[in-house]
Amino acid sequence: MLTLPCPCCGADAAEIELVPGGEAHLKREGPGASDEAVERYLFERENPKGVVLERWRHAYGCGKWFLAARDSVTMEVYGTYPAQTHEPPQEIRDRIARRHPDWAQGA
Amino acid sequence: MSTRLAKGGRLTDRSKQIGFTFNGKRFTGFAGDTLASALLANDQMLLGRSFKYHRPRGVVASGAEEPNALVGLGQGARFEPDQRATTTELFDGLVADSQNHWPSLEFDVGEVNAKLARFLPAGFYYKTFLWPRAFWKHLYEPVIRRSAGLGKAPHPEVRDIDRYEHFHAHVDLLIVGGGVAGLQAAKAAGAAGAQVLLIEQGAHWGGRAPVDGGTIDGMAAADWVARTVAELETMENVRLRLRCMGAGVYDHGYVLGYERVTDHKPGAHGPRHRLWRIRCKQIVAATGAIERPLSFAGNDVPGVMLASALRDYVVNYGVSAGDRTVVVTNNDDAYRTAIVLKKAGLAVPVILDARPLGGGALMEEARALGIRVEPGRGIAKVLGGKRVTGVATCLQAGEGSVLEEIPCDAVAMSGGWSPVVHLWSHCGGKLAWDAENAVFRPDPTRAPTGADGAPFLGTAGAASGAFHLSDTLADAEKAAVAAAEALGHAATAAPPQAEAASEAALLPVWLMPQGARAELRMKAFLDYQNDVKVSDVQLAAREGYESVEHTKRYTTLGMATDQGKLSNINGLAVLSDALGTPVPQVGTTTFRPPYTPISFGAIAGEARGEIFQPLRRTPMQDLHESNHAAWEPVGQWRRPYCYPHPGEAKRDAVNREINATRQSLGILDASTLGKILVKGPDAGRFLDMMYTNMMSTLPVGKCRYGLMCNENGFLMDDGVVVRLSEDSWLCHTTSGGADHVHAHMEDWLQCEWWDWKVFTANLTEQYAQIAVVGPNARNLLETLGGMDVSKEALPFMTWAEGALAGTPARVYRISFSGELSYEIAVPANRGRAFWGKLLEAGRAWDITPYGTEALHVMRAEKGFIMIGDESDGTVIPQDLGLSWAISKKKADFLGKRAQERTDMARDDRWQLVGLETLDGSVLPDGAYAIAPGRNANGQRNTQGRVTSTYYSPTLKKGIAMGLVRHGPDRMGEVLGFTAEEQDHTDDKPTLVEARIVSPVFYDPEGEKQNV
Repeated sequence: MLTLPCPCCGADAAEIELVPGGEAHLKREGPGASDEAVERYLFERENPKGVVLERWRHAYGCGKWFLAARDSVTMEVYGTYPAQTHEPPQEIRDRIARRHPDWAQGA
Repeated sequence: MSTRLAKGGRLTDRSKQIGFTFNGKRFTGFAGDTLASALLANDQMLLGRSFKYHRPRGVVASGAEEPNALVGLGQGARFEPDQRATTTELFDGLVADSQNHWPSLEFDVGEVNAKLARFLPAGFYYKTFLWPRAFWKHLYEPVIRRSAGLGKAPHPEVRDIDRYEHFHAHVDLLIVGGGVAGLQAAKAAGAAGAQVLLIEQGAHWGGRAPVDGGTIDGMAAADWVARTVAELETMENVRLRLRCMGAGVYDHGYVLGYERVTDHKPGAHGPRHRLWRIRCKQIVAATGAIERPLSFAGNDVPGVMLASALRDYVVNYGVSAGDRTVVVTNNDDAYRTAIVLKKAGLAVPVILDARPLGGGALMEEARALGIRVEPGRGIAKVLGGKRVTGVATCLQAGEGSVLEEIPCDAVAMSGGWSPVVHLWSHCGGKLAWDAENAVFRPDPTRAPTGADGAPFLGTAGAASGAFHLSDTLADAEKAAVAAAEALGHAATAAPPQAEAASEAALLPVWLMPQGARAELRMKAFLDYQNDVKVSDVQLAAREGYESVEHTKRYTTLGMATDQGKLSNINGLAVLSDALGTPVPQVGTTTFRPPYTPISFGAIAGEARGEIFQPLRRTPMQDLHESNHAAWEPVGQWRRPYCYPHPGEAKRDAVNREINATRQSLGILDASTLGKILVKGPDAGRFLDMMYTNMMSTLPVGKCRYGLMCNENGFLMDDGVVVRLSEDSWLCHTTSGGADHVHAHMEDWLQCEWWDWKVFTANLTEQYAQIAVVGPNARNLLETLGGMDVSKEALPFMTWAEGALAGTPARVYRISFSGELSYEIAVPANRGRAFWGKLLEAGRAWDITPYGTEALHVMRAEKGFIMIGDESDGTVIPQDLGLSWAISKKKADFLGKRAQERTDMARDDRWQLVGLETLDGSVLPDGAYAIAPGRNANGQRNTQGRVTSTYYSPTLKKGIAMGLVRHGPDRMGEVLGFTAEEQDHTDDKPTLVEARIVSPVFYDPEGEKQNV
């Protein structure tokens, strides 16, 4: 069972306190967007073997959404960070780079 | 025969006799016995029939790895099938029955399968019962199910009377396994200052060491164990638990422990089982090793046992499996059994050692005791049926030509020891092949890693592959030091001095004799519980099953309740040989939790019956209870379905409630409706995104019905939105949807429009809400007094705040029934009293409380949709004739772009219509409208389905709503609907004919509600 530190309330949240929200940093496509862009937005997910950036809600805790950088193979947690951002903070990217030097967000 | 010896049994107390029953026969054992040892003491070697061939089977092992000795334990509300006799502690009054036989254990008709074994190889069922197709359901499956299998499930109506609980524990270091390795690790880590929890699955500390001999720190192993346990008990930072198994290791140091609290004293105070949910920073798995059987013909005949088990029964329980025991081995350890038996006064006619040159010091010790040792020999086959009567010996190097026949009544076999690597493997630890010991052992360079990317689990002792006593203790010390250091404690290794006999190398033996002929291989069992033989695995290899995972599923090797604890390594070695691929390349199957089966009760814990989940109660719930409501679950609420009078059928109650409401006055507890306050400078803008309608322009004082879609465009929820003030809106949601809708709003606010100034609050339980419905609704409120509720002051779809009969209230003039209707919200703590005032004042108009079914029927009569009936996650508002509620002016809302996708915009989507049967009957719920032709699967084509269907007491006939292709353009057309659940292959279905009509059956002009 995953344990993720909630960056909002500081609790070490066990997976049973959390609700998963899928891939983080999706760009919303609204009216006027092309069919291809909408398809990507609604249906296409990276689901990589390795580094994942994902959304979690501390549903049975403080109720806030946050983001986590995690390895989907080893379950290593590179860090959690607030949802109000478009990319992980530098500190987390550094930690990812130490394990996966070639990793790039969204690549 | 097996019997109790005159003395011995370090775990039994001969002063305490214990009575128990097996298959109706009364037996006695001693305190400290297991069910298996007590049965053996009473010469009950035959314990069950095998899964497939119904071969007689007896005890093989002495612990958790036992595949055969499964019994039905207990009676009535305490009956449980498939319990291992070897891990069942004996208690007074224990009742056990053998399984999988008919009519009796001694005489079993299914034994004919064994005679047919030649015709029942791996994959037999897959190959044989394919055709004709219709035979499967009615002939093949019932017969196979009756003849194959283990225990019988308890009767579905019987309820487990025991209690179970979950227990959360947070520790620094968890040590699993209370043998000498686990004890030493606990001692070392505890001394270093770590918070330690040490758990042991059995009822005793010390594991195998007290049986296997050797000295630690100059004392006998049993004495060292006693001293160490006493020492640990004085350490405040060390906790000890017996009868608590480490069942599974999961990500980030989460472990499930399974404690059998009162299995050995049923009915005693406390829960029967306790599921430990342990979060720890470090784990040491000191889980020991399991002895492997040898694969020779007849290795499953009752009386053939693991060498270590025979020794355990003598030393621990003072029980001998037979007077004359032949020992067959490929290693030195089995000699210990021969020595123990000899010293107990029993006969060991011969030790058959597959190694051409035999063993080392232990062999010499055995010879010195006068035991005949035959190196280079093995067993060609075991003689006997329900019991061993002898063995035929052969050269291990040959193909099974019999050298001599030796009478005996037990066989002790040992194929070497496999480390218990389950916990290591559960969470990603990898294994390395150790050719010297012929075992897979944990590869310390590829340990399970935790959240920080560092290893969090190590193995200690035999679980690491460190088998010799001194190696075991040194390895345990090393594991403890590593764990303590990872926890930030300084520790240095100082393992105790241990001495035990040195052992010569083993010889891997995967088949005995190595060139065994086919008829011998067909009787050499790998998996006792699932009846898989050497020949089955070889057949699978010939048929192209190269992957060990595929072979496992094809042959069912290792898929029984013992999960292949005895059979896995032997099976994959046979596969490796058949494929000509080295063992490490063939690999192992996946080890999955739990280590041994755990009870469903433990998994459920306290979550059953009334506290299965929290029940939400409205402020008026007590009144509904005293009014004899029939209940309907709605989310975590229980809502009154209807209020039957004494002797009144529910159906009649519903009709009465509807008629009373439509003709005079009804009231409904609507408190469960979700109420979410949305407030802030950007609240209007935000709600314009949440709803398909325009909510920002809703004037203060007005109500508007709104639709909420998800980003995929599908209808998610609906409800009336109320503009409370310039910057605040109250959003009503469906009863089941409140929490979800609130979470949905927060998701978008927190993660997409985080700069918008909006707060939301879920106020659902802050208000009691009551719908006052019917032509006399206004009269009732006017009688209460305090607010002007006239048509002029409070027109349809407006609201007002004030006090009714002295109770602060918000009154919403909205209607879900088509009648004149007010929904009144009062503070939750005033709800009960207010409901009472309404009933009191409403007597003049025969006020009638109505339940959810009347609510549903009345809304259907009006053609109003219900989320979850008309919508199912694939329906868009446009399908339901709700385009009027979708703003054309707004640039954007959630789901708008998705609703422009071609599949959403196509013109042949199924759309909402009303349906009326030609004969006035009620259409079956969910029935499909049949279309001509069949689809690719041979099923009839469909063109629509029923989404809501009721008897309307107002119209005195069945009414329904449904989704039909091109429905709104086909008014008046008659469709055929499936009458009830039918076989899709049926060529002549019974159809109910129904006409497509408007979904608004009652008061289409809205004259009733707008008065």
